[in-house]
Amino acid sequence: MTQAFRIENGGLINRDKKLSFKFNGKTYLGYEGDTLASALLANGVHLVGRSFKYHRPRGFFGAGVDEPYAVVQLYRNGETEPNIKATEQELFEGLEAKSVNCWPSVNFDIGAINNFLKIFLPAGFYYKTFMWPKSFWYRIYEPFIRKAAGLGVASTKHDKERYEHKYEYCDLLIAGSGPSGLAGAYAAAKNGAKVILAEDKPRFGGSLLTSDVNIGNQSGKDWAEGIIAELKTMPNVVVKNRSQIFGYYDHNMLVMSEKVSDHLPSTKKYHPNKRLWYIRAKEVLISSGSIERPIVFGNNDTPGVMLSSAAKEYLKVYGVLVGRKPLVFTNNDSGYETAIEFKKHGVDPVVLDSRKNPESEIIDEAKNLGINVKNSYVVVAAQGYKKVKSADIASISEDKKQLGKIENIQCDCICVSGFWTPTIHLASQSGNKTKFKEEIDAFVPGQSKQNEITLGAANGVFSLEETLKTSFTAGSELSKKITENDNKVAIPNVVEKKSSQHDKFWCVPLPKGKNYKRFLDFQNDVAVSDVEIALREGYRSIEHVKRYTTLGMATDQGKTSNLNGLQLVSEIENKVVPAVGHTTFRPPYTPVSIGAIVGREVGKHSKPTRKSPMHSWHEKNNAVFVDAGVWLRPRYYKRGDENLFEGSKREAKNVRANVGVCDVTTLGKIDIKGPDAAELLNRVYTNAWLKLPVGKARYGVMLREDGIVMDDGTTTRISENHYHMTTTTAQAANVLSHLEYYLQLVWPELNVNVVSTTEQWAGAAIAGPKSRDLLQKLFPNSDVSNEGLPFMGYMEGDLFGAKARIYRISFSGELAYEVNVESDYGNFMWEKIMEVGEEFKIQPYGTEALSTLRIEMGHVAGSELDGRTIPFDNALEGLVSKKKDFIGKRSLQRSAFIAEDRQRIVGVVPLDKQTSIPEGSHLVKDDKAPLPNPKLGHISASCWSVEYDNPFSLAILKDGKNMIGQKLFAMSPLKNKVIPVEIVSSHYVDPKGERVRS
Amino acid sequence: MLYINCPHCGMRSQNEFSYGGDASVKRPELNKEVSDQEWDNFVYNRKSLRGKHLELWQHISGCRQWIKVERDTATHEIFRTFKADEEVA
Ligand SMILES: [Zn+2]
Repeated sequence: MTQAFRIENGGLINRDKKLSFKFNGKTYLGYEGDTLASALLANGVHLVGRSFKYHRPRGFFGAGVDEPYAVVQLYRNGETEPNIKATEQELFEGLEAKSVNCWPSVNFDIGAINNFLKIFLPAGFYYKTFMWPKSFWYRIYEPFIRKAAGLGVASTKHDKERYEHKYEYCDLLIAGSGPSGLAGAYAAAKNGAKVILAEDKPRFGGSLLTSDVNIGNQSGKDWAEGIIAELKTMPNVVVKNRSQIFGYYDHNMLVMSEKVSDHLPSTKKYHPNKRLWYIRAKEVLISSGSIERPIVFGNNDTPGVMLSSAAKEYLKVYGVLVGRKPLVFTNNDSGYETAIEFKKHGVDPVVLDSRKNPESEIIDEAKNLGINVKNSYVVVAAQGYKKVKSADIASISEDKKQLGKIENIQCDCICVSGFWTPTIHLASQSGNKTKFKEEIDAFVPGQSKQNEITLGAANGVFSLEETLKTSFTAGSELSKKITENDNKVAIPNVVEKKSSQHDKFWCVPLPKGKNYKRFLDFQNDVAVSDVEIALREGYRSIEHVKRYTTLGMATDQGKTSNLNGLQLVSEIENKVVPAVGHTTFRPPYTPVSIGAIVGREVGKHSKPTRKSPMHSWHEKNNAVFVDAGVWLRPRYYKRGDENLFEGSKREAKNVRANVGVCDVTTLGKIDIKGPDAAELLNRVYTNAWLKLPVGKARYGVMLREDGIVMDDGTTTRISENHYHMTTTTAQAANVLSHLEYYLQLVWPELNVNVVSTTEQWAGAAIAGPKSRDLLQKLFPNSDVSNEGLPFMGYMEGDLFGAKARIYRISFSGELAYEVNVESDYGNFMWEKIMEVGEEFKIQPYGTEALSTLRIEMGHVAGSELDGRTIPFDNALEGLVSKKKDFIGKRSLQRSAFIAEDRQRIVGVVPLDKQTSIPEGSHLVKDDKAPLPNPKLGHISASCWSVEYDNPFSLAILKDGKNMIGQKLFAMSPLKNKVIPVEIVSSHYVDPKGERVRS
Repeated sequence: MLYINCPHCGMRSQNEFSYGGDASVKRPELNKEVSDQEWDNFVYNRKSLRGKHLELWQHISGCRQWIKVERDTATHEIFRTFKADEEVA
């Protein structure tokens, strides 16, 4: 394929490197340095998609971030990504892209029928039409809208790419590397400030790449290259291209998305696809420039109608002619610059200027080159369907109301310039209240809100000389404040052509008898007539007009449409534009990949994974792991082809019959030291703690101030002023914060220190009738008899050279001990227990067997202490002291908490002794009662009792105390189960608790 | 993301802290008769005001100290920060 619209020489592309790419299945060639848009235009491709609502043909309108049309589906390295702007996507070898919003093809689109039924789709159409009949919604309307809507298809595959997050701090952050950004960066860098300069495009320089100016006796482009080259050598400066600062948040935090790999055929090994930077800046220079705005006229969405600045950029940066018979339609001098570039490349443009008799250096230059200029002339309508073929033009009266005789002239593109709109998104996001600047018909930032300053075109200043002067000065001053250096930078002399005043003209009136669509918002297909309807129907607030018409609500956020929309509203309402006001600018400024926002926190990386010191032993011994908070815990140790049920049953049975060992490292551990430690415990726990002797452990329950149980666990008095507290795995962090809260804020007079020691200790629970025999063999020199180490006793021991703490506590309800050693000896301890335990038929057991053992003993855990229960509900009221005060005690007097029929823990057994009851099932009196069936309680935990060999569950049941022996139904609509059950005591096994004391 | 001046550690980003609510709430003394209304005010009733608000934050990923932060709930402006035991004038 030839690149018929590529000029012989010129542009900033690398002509030595040809790249082949596919668009809609057809292969084309471009060059390194092209965008997908410039490469397509070089090949004469102007039709890239269909519009959102009417499915009208769409071409290219801009050359960058403002592009409303050319949104494509990209295919790269086996992945696909929607919502990619062809004007931003850099070309790489093998790139593939497809049009979106068209079916079956971009050339023949069924949805385009909407265009001929446009009476069917005026403003508010969705609100009005799809309201009724209701039954039509799911079957007809929604599928229709879903098919018609959308800007591509998200991939359903796992994204193989990596995304990184980075936190950065700097003195001065600069958004945009045009003349203002470069000058500010240079001056600040010379003062030794830490500077980050961000540019969203691949090339630095902004408008200097395309403007015909001189700075310090060089072309603007060469000057920019020199500055960037010098900045790159400075250690205090970071310059980043392909990096869009898209949000300005609180306390001078800005977020930037850096496209690291999108310009490459595939991401390099160990490189991320994108990097999201969270930047905390002391000062921010917003030098985001401005975007040309269109003039509105008939059929102004026809492919071939584009911004005049975009046509110039395609020519000067990419060496591409967007047409060979260009028509330039302008209300200011910018159109002439584009026309001059065309002329320099042997193309004869015609310039239509809405102004009557403008005079300036640029206009003189154009006329001297022999360019055909028609004053007081406008484009009335573009003609052509998939591409501009000609234009209806006419002279216009001075009041811009009357059109002269309409003529038709041949052209293949229409380059429009309606003057410039400052890019004020970041300033506005920072909280800056913008103000309307009459001279430029646009909003500019007002008083700085955070530490931000907006300069250059973004501030409505279009003179290069003034921009450089203010930006060099700002860079020096802002950095001087921070670094206290004062290295003066000479401001270079500037040669630029003076412009004349633009024409406050933005919309061409309709000629008599014609009803051309004149578009304001090109991506959402919002025309002048739509806004007129909205106003006629009574919408007044610009925010309401926006939502009713969807003006400015597309992915381009109305970068080219907002101001013209405001002009229209102000004109109809007969108000000035500032009185109408603009809609809120919200981040992100441009669409940001979800992947970049998520970063590395996906799948297993979404939270840290904690492993006990014995993890590798568990792995080697076929443990099947389960997530317990952030911990990985063995659920059971698989033997042969055992399933979870069989394996956990075997393990639990072995604990009841012989001895088992369970890794309990994950329990929260808090070291508590100080003369007031006992007093703290006494206030935190519901039971009494002042008289616990050294060498003894005690079970305790702690409440929140609202009386709800927060956590439970045992705390052991290691020595006079030293306690070791354990918490549940899930609540460990909360309990520590809780203790710190009371010690630091409520009772600072208590002399106590608390510190987490969860990581410092590895824990093994040894449980079962043979556990003492095993313990004696592990600690031959210690007296672990029932007298030497009674229930709730504590001692220190020597485990084959490792210092160990031995607690006689039990969660399983069996005779049991917990041995702790320093984490580094955890694996050593475990292997010794297994080795010595062999003669006692020891087996390791996982969390499933642990659950079984505690459920059939009626011991409560997280599923009962679920943030909704008080001590009574858990049959723990015996632990609530009547004598002393403690956290949450006063709340226990609430009437609901002392109600006669208060909920309480019970045991539940299915009548058939066969059917396991799903956890979460509701307990009801009558399974046939009409819905909603009154709920009496719910099943909190279920197991297969190894003691009785039938299912057993715990439940929290209304009036549970008086329900023992009652027959109810457990209903699980989710599992579609109704199970007749009997209520029994929650202490199903060993109700007197004899085993733990044996 | 807020930028909070921990009186112990200096300027740190919000994601190192956890929020602890209204700092002006005083827990009733232990072992003291408290009316239902007083207790409800302590446990549940909060003002949710717009404007200057003295609130608690804990520097959980830093020094673990609870601190007081005077912040505007509408603009997020932070005026001053205090140590737990510092009197707020
Ligand atoms: Zn701190």
